[in-house]
Amino acid sequence: MAKLTMVQAINLALTEEMERDPGVLVLGEDVAQDGGVFRLTDGLLEKFGPGRVLDTPLAESAILGTSIGMAMAGLRPVCEMQFCGFSYLMMGQFEAHATRMRARTHGQVTLPLVIRMPYGGGVRALEHHSESREVLWAHLPGAKVVLPSGPRNARALLAAAIRDPDPVVFMEPKHSYRAFREEVPDEPEVLPIGKAQVVQSGTDVTLVSWGAMMRPTLKAAAEITGKRGVSIEVIDLLSIAPLDAQAITDSVRKTGRCVVVQEAPRSFGPSSEITALINDKAFLYLEAPVARVTGYDVVTPYFGREKHYIPSAGRVARALETTLDF
Amino acid sequence: MPRKPVAKFTIDHLQVLDEHGVVDAKLDPKLPDERLLEMYRWMRLARELDERMLKLQRQGRLGTFPPNTGHEAVSIPVAMAMGPKDWFVGAFRETGGRLVRGEPLTSPLYYYNGWEEGNILPDPALRITPVSVVIGCQVPHAAGLAFASRYQGEDAATVCFIGDGGTSEGDFHEGLNFAAVWKAPMVCIVQNNQWAISIPRSAQTASQTMAQKAIAFGIPCVQVDGNDALAMWVAINEALDHARSGKGPYLIEAVTYRLMMHTTADDPKKYRSEAEEKCAWEKEPLIRFRAYLAGKGLWDDGKEGALIAEVKEQVDQAVRAFEAPVDWAQDTAFDHVYGTDHPHLHEQRAEFLANVRFDGGKEADHG
Ligand SMILES: Cc1ncc(C[n+]2csc(CCOP(=O)(O)OP(=O)(O)O)c2C)c(N)n1
Ligand SMILES: [Mg+2]
Repeated sequence: MAKLTMVQAINLALTEEMERDPGVLVLGEDVAQDGGVFRLTDGLLEKFGPGRVLDTPLAESAILGTSIGMAMAGLRPVCEMQFCGFSYLMMGQFEAHATRMRARTHGQVTLPLVIRMPYGGGVRALEHHSESREVLWAHLPGAKVVLPSGPRNARALLAAAIRDPDPVVFMEPKHSYRAFREEVPDEPEVLPIGKAQVVQSGTDVTLVSWGAMMRPTLKAAAEITGKRGVSIEVIDLLSIAPLDAQAITDSVRKTGRCVVVQEAPRSFGPSSEITALINDKAFLYLEAPVARVTGYDVVTPYFGREKHYIPSAGRVARALETTLDF
Repeated sequence: MPRKPVAKFTIDHLQVLDEHGVVDAKLDPKLPDERLLEMYRWMRLARELDERMLKLQRQGRLGTFPPNTGHEAVSIPVAMAMGPKDWFVGAFRETGGRLVRGEPLTSPLYYYNGWEEGNILPDPALRITPVSVVIGCQVPHAAGLAFASRYQGEDAATVCFIGDGGTSEGDFHEGLNFAAVWKAPMVCIVQNNQWAISIPRSAQTASQTMAQKAIAFGIPCVQVDGNDALAMWVAINEALDHARSGKGPYLIEAVTYRLMMHTTADDPKKYRSEAEEKCAWEKEPLIRFRAYLAGKGLWDDGKEGALIAEVKEQVDQAVRAFEAPVDWAQDTAFDHVYGTDHPHLHEQRAEFLANVRFDGGKEADHG
């Protein structure tokens, strides 16, 4: 067991997977010599050489496009978008090819590739470096979208993503990159994609979140548990596509109340899908309307104003109380 | 049928002032003394601002920013050569040119401290587009602006900047191709500072020059010593004449060097040698321009000292204005999503304001 940051844990997963499978390679802008702008891929070049750790020219569409070609030939590329704000330049390749190749060829051609990208706000960065746009990918059939929340699950989920037969968008909450450490086991771990984790079980209300929002979510849960002596179930989705409908349904049928916490703007986000799911599967069990704590439907303001736009533990706590008191 | 060459191309390199400030008399644009002094003053001011911004950033008084030191001779002569109707389409390393064009010194300070207020021009007629963070996107915008100038019957050109790294993006190629096909009055300046974060020029492209990329689109081009403000002056004037006379776009490769870190979040020691940096410092643009002015009897240590004191005071004033308390509203993001009114945004704004009140306006706890 070692206490690792998320950056170290993801680096460990990349190292382990590259050691395990010679078909795994890493490519992206500044990933080799520089070790990535977050130093996340530090050391890989030294370990695996420039043939497997590739500094690419500055072109996101070609980074994914060439990864698609490599994957068609049987390799397992792990490509990096330096920030999720620049990933839209490869969206054409993603929608037109990454998500469709399996269906287009009835499974004859598959694309086992991973697109890693840091996402989310709260790091005082320039424009385009603070968004949470997981829904853009999740909406596309054929795309898997994984969002780890801590070092341990990041390592295990990235291993799963690399071994997965399909394209996986792996969105890393950069706010959590170095914010805290966690025990990470010595032996490689693999978590199934599409399975949520009940990180705390409870009976009075279900709190659902993912990625960077797990921190304020858990903080609010602790605060309200202490304040009111209630029993809160907390679910970390870990992936939003596929969505673990069973875990959400089971929990809400038990608690009858649910609060969903999402960093992204409210409209058409994952929380809308989760609310609809609860309506479909657990409506008759509800004691209160499903509450959502989300970003607002505005263009992400620059960091001078950003702090009030990201859901806070206080907002989650207030939503919990309203839901409990309904 | 014999095999024979059907096309041949050459790329010129232009330098007017060498590293020691010695001028090539034949190429000397013979700018009036006051224009030369003005050019040097802008370069000094831009350098001073950059150095101050780095200090502020290191003291936690400014956010992450990309230092401009070493790039002064690219955008400043260009902006000085442009007319009021021309469009200045920047990337993010042309602060000097932006100042020449009329942006206040406070704009980069606000911008890099996380305030959209830094994008708001004192007058939209200045025709400066906002900083383009997403690499390459500004090139098609420039082609569109250039098209529009001609469509609207203006005798104006659009000048667009992009880095060496940016030439790898599809938008660079697509934008140039459109401009060429439309014969749009556009000048593209590739600010080749040898690095795109950690990626050296040699790993960015297998092309011998950046300039030659224009050849593929049928666009004339020249490679210029981008540390030589006079060469840039000569080149931009030729390019603007070409563009304005209806002959279509023109591309200038300005060869310079990113003397500082990519941004204040970067550490160049990871990927380049101090020897390389030291060598580049010897070719930087201000030293040679000062030597040139001194050689003409226009400059001496006394004048240099006075100018430095003057630009320092100017930057001091801007920093004081920038750091003075402001009462900008927190909810401005709701004002500018659409040009039309939408009830769901009213509702969300009310919720937002209630939440800000609840958190006491303090830094919210995001875990
Ligand atoms: C589309 C896109 N991809 C990646 C980035 C991250 N990034 C910011 S600057 C930069 C390098 C730019 O190099 P260059 O074009 O040479 O300009 P320079 O920084 O040298 O002025 C990169 C990769 C970005 N801003 N936009
Ligand atoms: Mg560059």
